[in-house]
Amino acid sequence: MDCDAAKPLLSVYLDGELGAGESLALETHLEGCADCREVLARAEAASAAIRGQAEYFRSPGPLRARILDQLQASLPAAPPARAAARWRVFGIGSLAASAAALAASLLLFINAPGPANLIADQIVASHVRSMMAQHLTDVASSDQHTVKPWFDGKLDLAPPVVDLAKAGFPLVGGRLDYIDHRPVAALVYRHDKHLINLFVMPATGAATATADVTLVRGYEVLRWSAGGMDFWAVSDLNPGELKAWHDALTAALPPLPAAN
Amino acid sequence: MPHLDAAYNLARWLTRNDHDAEDVVQEAYLRAFRFFDGFHGDNARAWLLSIVRHTCFTWLKRNRSRDQAVEPADGGAGAHQTSVTGAALADLESPEVLLLRALDRRQVNQALEALSADYREVLILREIEELSYRDIARIVGVPIGTVMSRLARARAQLQRAWLQVQAKDGGHGL
Repeated sequence: MDCDAAKPLLSVYLDGELGAGESLALETHLEGCADCREVLARAEAASAAIRGQAEYFRSPGPLRARILDQLQASLPAAPPARAAARWRVFGIGSLAASAAALAASLLLFINAPGPANLIADQIVASHVRSMMAQHLTDVASSDQHTVKPWFDGKLDLAPPVVDLAKAGFPLVGGRLDYIDHRPVAALVYRHDKHLINLFVMPATGAATATADVTLVRGYEVLRWSAGGMDFWAVSDLNPGELKAWHDALTAALPPLPAAN
Repeated sequence: MPHLDAAYNLARWLTRNDHDAEDVVQEAYLRAFRFFDGFHGDNARAWLLSIVRHTCFTWLKRNRSRDQAVEPADGGAGAHQTSVTGAALADLESPEVLLLRALDRRQVNQALEALSADYREVLILREIEELSYRDIARIVGVPIGTVMSRLARARAQLQRAWLQVQAKDGGHGL
């Protein structure tokens, strides 16, 4: 390879988009050619300048709300089945701590409300509300020995409380919530900027040791039961991370009988 | 609504104006939502960005035909091709590389803004959004070969602009 052949490839090589064969030939040429090394070094410096210094314009907060308002206005035209798929693409992004998020969660009411769906809806609404209203926790502590006793006497069950900081999901605290016409325990975990709300309530049906996953308005909702309790977890984490959290939780909990 | 920052950043770089960027993004999301049935791929971000990009250019054509950035002919005003010195300096960093490393935020952003929109968009998609050539080709609607050559030319042009600015702004002793 000579310089005429090498020069046009340098930028492609820099981007890691050159095939293996051409990369090898180019590297061989570079070893013997100071000119081309210089061109590459400049391209690298220029690329680093853009990556390091170019402004990243974040969308201003009110824009999100404006778009949601507008989507909402145009919504009735969308057939419901496709709306579910739409929702996955337009689903609430990262930490959805804004009124817009609630508007969004109300925007696409996609499941026909059966009893489990009704609870799932309340769970998701509560999750969104907990972040909106700055009422995430009544007892803020990463210490399971502080959080667990706090629930004593407030509920007719003793929720298992474990900190999962070692697995990357620190306990943030707990609060009393109200789901399906009764008070329930809500435990809050954090992973980076994402929150997981875990609701614990007396079991209503048959125990299911393995978790069901449903997607409700863009949120992953996990549900399982053990030890006479129903567990509902909701988060905007991606499914893989939520599963990792669930695995860590299951491993950390004292074994509970799956049947009640 | 994922990718809103990516959408806004691209629109802001293409329109070079906050207000216009907001209007474009709003219109693009509405369009994306309406034409969602046209999305069958696996990369929702690239798909959304292609709509943002399309909306930008339509919008620019409609509202701003007067000051569209024109692509300068290659080797034009900026042709300040510093001759590359030979093997003597081979393994030291050349003064040009050192200058490029010393660019500040203002210099980087000004030169990016001054590029033609065709060049600016491929650089933003590649350097900031870190999209593959294949995705960029889809978004911009050109063959991959064109993405390659545009990126190479955009970088070369930026370097010339920067080296000139550096020499003017205070590249003393060079």
